[in-house]
Order: sequence, then structure tokens, then C-alpha cells
Amino acid sequence: MFITDTLLHRLQRGCETMAYPHGPAPALPERHGGALKVDSGKCADGCAACVSVCPTQAITRVAETAVVLDLGRCVFCAACVEVCPHGVITQTGDHRMAANRREDLLLGAPGHEQVRLAAALDEKLRKLFGRSLRLRQVSAGGCSACEADTNVLGTIGWDLGRFGIQFVASPRHADGLLVTGPVSQAMVLALQKTYAAVPDPRIVIAVGACAIAGGPFVGHPQVNNGAAAIVPVDLYIPGCPPHPLTILDGLLRMLDRLEKPRRP
Amino acid sequence: MSASTRFALLANATSLPWPDVPAWPMADFIRATGAEITRGARLCSLFGVPDGGGVQLVAVLAFDADSTLAVGRSTPSTGGFPSLTTTHPQAHLFEREICEQHGLTPEGHPWLKPVRRTDGRAPANGGFFRVGGSEIHEVAVGPVHAGIIEPGHFRFQCAGEEVLHLEIALGYQHRGIEEALTGGPHRATLIQMETIAGDTSIAHATAHAHLMEALAQSEVPLRAQWLRAIALELERLANHTGDLGALANDVAFLPTAAACGKIRGDFLNLTAMLCGNRFGRGLVRPGGCRYDLDPTPAQQLLERLIPVLADTARAVAWMWDAASVRARFENVGTVTASQAAEVGLVGPAARACGLVRDVRYDHPVGWHRFAQVPVTVWPDGDVFARARVRSLEIQRSGEFLRDQLGTPPEDDFRCQLAAPAPDTLAVALVESWRGEVCHVALTDGAGRFRRYKITDPSFHNWSGLALSLRGTAIADFPICNKSFNLSYCGFDL
Repeated sequence: MFITDTLLHRLQRGCETMAYPHGPAPALPERHGGALKVDSGKCADGCAACVSVCPTQAITRVAETAVVLDLGRCVFCAACVEVCPHGVITQTGDHRMAANRREDLLLGAPGHEQVRLAAALDEKLRKLFGRSLRLRQVSAGGCSACEADTNVLGTIGWDLGRFGIQFVASPRHADGLLVTGPVSQAMVLALQKTYAAVPDPRIVIAVGACAIAGGPFVGHPQVNNGAAAIVPVDLYIPGCPPHPLTILDGLLRMLDRLEKPRRP
Repeated sequence: MSASTRFALLANATSLPWPDVPAWPMADFIRATGAEITRGARLCSLFGVPDGGGVQLVAVLAFDADSTLAVGRSTPSTGGFPSLTTTHPQAHLFEREICEQHGLTPEGHPWLKPVRRTDGRAPANGGFFRVGGSEIHEVAVGPVHAGIIEPGHFRFQCAGEEVLHLEIALGYQHRGIEEALTGGPHRATLIQMETIAGDTSIAHATAHAHLMEALAQSEVPLRAQWLRAIALELERLANHTGDLGALANDVAFLPTAAACGKIRGDFLNLTAMLCGNRFGRGLVRPGGCRYDLDPTPAQQLLERLIPVLADTARAVAWMWDAASVRARFENVGTVTASQAAEVGLVGPAARACGLVRDVRYDHPVGWHRFAQVPVTVWPDGDVFARARVRSLEIQRSGEFLRDQLGTPPEDDFRCQLAAPAPDTLAVALVESWRGEVCHVALTDGAGRFRRYKITDPSFHNWSGLALSLRGTAIADFPICNKSFNLSYCGFDL
């Protein structure tokens, strides 16, 4: 094969990068369901059907109070949606779920039916990172699904590089960490050292139910129930794993690249 | 060959009462297990079951040519046992694990180290094998790696560029999955099965479902079996395509790397058509599947699949067409067939050494009883062979899906399962894209898990990667590593 064949093959494929965020977002899979919405006003007295079906104990209901669903711990199995007799928990189909604070992922209280989406970084950080963000990824007990759906953002379909976001090979080159996994005990030291090696100012992004709250492994003595137990977290992106679109939305939301899209 | 064994025989995805598993005093058990391996059996799993003050060891063997599994156990024992590893290296990690989990010492084990134990903040995996000599240098890599990948530590002993020895030290990903299963199944069990190795969700969930069904003495409806087989091949297609792209990337052949990265996502999106999750989570359930695939969506899936398969074939063909790629893959990272058999490699890594070894063919259960996928072998054992096997398996899986999607069996897609039988042992093997997934469950008197043993293919195959590096230039580590693409969390559990 000659180099011309290689170039020709490449040309034939054309540009495969999606238009988003300048065009419409790609649709989530039909059965995905997107972010959940919890309208606890509809809950019947004494009903806790959803609490007992949740595999990660993401739903709690203390007697006489509103049901609370922790979207950070949710693995999006929708067992609660199926079992709820009153339509309290519903799927919104929305891919946007990233939040700045843990409490912004708690759904259920009046006015807090849905995720309070993350705000952009402050102006100083936005100036630093807004057009060039270098991240070091640390998997700390991640099962490789969050890793895979983060990795996919680097492929030609998503082309993360066009936003100036890149994953780098050393924490010394990085502006922040993207952490996956519940932080196994065996990764505590490595995560601490990697964080310490990133120069200030630095940010930490927790991707997936494990990194946010321990996910399927919450409560195991071998894990730390998420990254925040070890390093300060600035952005939480829920999912098991989050859809690549959800991760991208979180990154762009943080950098304020969504509301005011620049023309390429 | 299995006919004359003293072990209890059982088929894949079946169970037998625990008292029917023959028990021998420890030394006899070890001798009997070694004798069966010498006769050609393969060690699928070897693990301990605490019993009173002692521990019983259980061996699960596969007689692949006879499509038969065999189990035996020791009587409760304490202290030590004669190591099998000295004569049968495929036992080496199992014995280290037994020592770590139960405190039984494999006497004579040549490299007895922790497997996953931590000192609180890091694995206790130090004390590496060192090659002596003033010209020797040591290279340490990890646990945090350069890319977006799981953590593990590699320690190379090198003379110049040449790797004399590679020791792979894992344990960073240990999340306590097996421990948590005792007394189960629990509410979190299924999602934990689906995240043992996140890129192998379908295979591990299927193995778990097979166990629960074997323990309940039930067969699930054909539609569910069909659906699981389809999902399993989609999982294989996504991962194999991703691996070929990654291999192309590591030899700087970017057209295939770029295209395969994208196509891998297309396969994941097809999986998401089944259940909403790109990794197939939430699809396989004990008793069947959570969602059905009606003929119309099955047809839509097929219509979307055909161009993706054609796209894959094209992108992969560019790579095979390039002499520069073939030259980089050939004679790099070679594992011989005898080494592969000796350390007990499974999956594409074994088939790339010429070993005919595929659970779908050797121990067919579920839909694979009716619809076979040919076993793909390649003789050379190098990076080229491992890439080639994947590339051929992509074709075979594609053919399988084309055949199957058009003809869904008329049946239900789930059924109600009875409670698991008490005091029963069940074994399930599933051929994941990486190789044999083995789940073994032993129930207590109440039908809860007394012991649950998971063996991910990576548990067998990391030794293969270490062997492939011997005599190889250290600069070829990335392509050797990608050509195996093993799971850290599947190993660490």
C-alpha cells in the first residue's frame, strides 16, 4: 500500500466530528432515560417502594419527610422509576447532570426536583483554563467504563481537542485531575501524590457514581466512597458510566463554553 | 479422557450438591489435581472455602475436548499444602491468592507474594524479582499511567533495550467484590457483577445469571438466551475493534486508529439500543433479560449493524494492507504454544498461540448450543497473531449477528426463578471478549452464598504478557500490552 492510498482512505471518511455544541446534541439512547426528576410531593404516606429496590442505596426516606434521591450515587438502572406507583420519580431524557456541589445532586425536596447544574469557574480560573485545559486522569478502582467513555471524547466523533481540552501524561503538565472509581484503599497514596504533583491552581473532576459516592461499592471497607474523601472535588458528573455527552457537557459547562459558543 | 477421573463431572452452567463433590485429604487432593492437569485438564479455578477452623480447597478443571468440567475438593485443612505451582505453573496465582485469603501456605511456591493485600494506602506488592549484574537496569512504571487507563505497576529488568524479566504487580483496584458476596446475593450484587470489569459487563452478568439459574435448577426462555448471545457478541465487537485501533495507534498508523476509535463507539451505541447503557448494564438478569428485543427493533439493529461492520472491515483492511504495520507486529512479544498451555492462557491470547480454546465451542450453553461461532486460531503467538485473531473474530461475530438478528426465537424473555438450592455448588463459564470468565458459587444451608469465586480471564493472562516481554525491546511494551489488553479491576476484584 502506498501513502496515497492511506490518504485517500482518510479523505473518503470525511469529517466525522459532531456539530455539538454549535449544533444539536446527539440523542441519548432511547432506553437511557437521562437525568431523573423527583417530585416528592406526589409520594404516598408511608410508601418506600423505591428505597428497597435501589441497588446503591441512593434513595432514602426518613418517616414523615420527603423522599431524597442522590443522583450522585445513582447507577441509572431505573428500578425506582418502574416500581414507583405514583409517578414520583421520572426520567427527563436530559443528558445534563454535572454539579459543583454534592448537595446539588440530591433530588426530592420542594424546589429541588432536578439537578442544580454546575456554574462556570470564576473569572480568574476561566481565563486560565477556558481555552486550554490539561487534565490528568486517575482511575482509582474504576471498572474501565468511565475511563472508556472519557477516552471516547478524544476520538474523531467528539474531538475534545477542539475545545482546548486534553488529557496529558504527567500531573506536572496538568491543570487538574479527572478521577474515576470509588478510590480503593490501594490507590489512596497514588491519588494523593498525583494531586500534589499538579501545580496550583488546580481542579478535580469526579466522573461516575463510584468517584462521586462509591457507586456499586458504597460501604465496602476496601473503598473510600469517592474521590472527595481524599481530594477536594470541583465538579461531579453522575452516571454508571456517564454518557460521553454528559461528561462533555460537564466540562464545557465548567469552562463556560456552552452558553456563549464561539464559532470555530 | 474425563471418563476415568475421580473428580465429579458436571456440564457448564450446572450445579451439584456439595456433598457429591469428592473430598480427599489435602496432599491427595493436590496430587489428584496435578495429575488431571498433566492429563490435559485446564485449571479454571482453585480457591478456598472456610470450614470450621480449617479451609477446604476446591479445584474446577475443564476437559475442553470432552465439553466437561470436573470439581474436587480437599478435606478441611490448616497450615500448609504442597504447592502445585512447582509442577503446574497455571496454579501460581491461585495459590498466592489462597495464601492471602486463607493463610494456607503453598509449600515450595517459587514466588509467594501478596496478590491484592494493601498496607492501607497502597498494595503490599513490593519485593520485586531482580536480575543481578552491573549492566542491568530497572524500570518502574505506574500505578498511574500516561493514558486514560486503570492503575497497575510494571517492573522491568533490562539489559540495555532488552527486557530480561517483567514483573506485574497489581492490587490497586481491589474493591472487595468477592468478600461482599458472602451471604448474598444482595441488592448491589448485579451491578457489582456488571462492574467486575466494566468492559466485560455482559459476560460477567451472564456468568452470574447462569449460576443463579443453575442453583434454581431452571432454564431461562430461549428468547433470553438468544438476546444474551447477541449482547455478548456486540461486546466482543466493540472491544476487539477498539483494541485494533489502539494497536494501530501504537505503531503510528493513524487512519485505522482514528476510524476504529469511532466505530467502537458505534458498537457501544448498538448495545445501548438493547438496554440504554453502552456497556450493556441492566440487560442480563437472573431469569432472563430485563428488556426484550422485538422483531422490529431487532431488524433496525441489524440495519444499523451492517454498515458498521462494513466500516470496520474497511478500517481494519487498511492496517493489514500496510507493510509497515505488519512489520511492527510480526515476531514481537512472542508466547509459544507450550508456554501458553503451561500458564493456562485463555481467550484470544491463547488462540493466537494456536490453542483451540473457546468456551462458546468447548462448553456451549444457552444459545451457543444452537448457534455456533467458529473458533479462530492463529499459530504464531506474537502481536501480529493476537491482532489477527481479533480481526478474524470481528468477522465471525459479525456473521453470527447477521444470522441471528433476523430469526428471534418465539419465546418469553424472562421467567421467575426458584430460590437457590441449599448446600449446592454451581459453575458457569462464559467466553468473554478477553477469554474465559469463570464464576463458582457455593450455597449454605439457607441457599445464600457461602463462597463466590470469580476468575476473570485477566487472572490467567497477565502471566502471558509478562512472558511476551522476555527478550523483547522495552519500547515494544506498549504494543505487547495492547495486544493483550487485560483488565486490572477484573484481576483485583
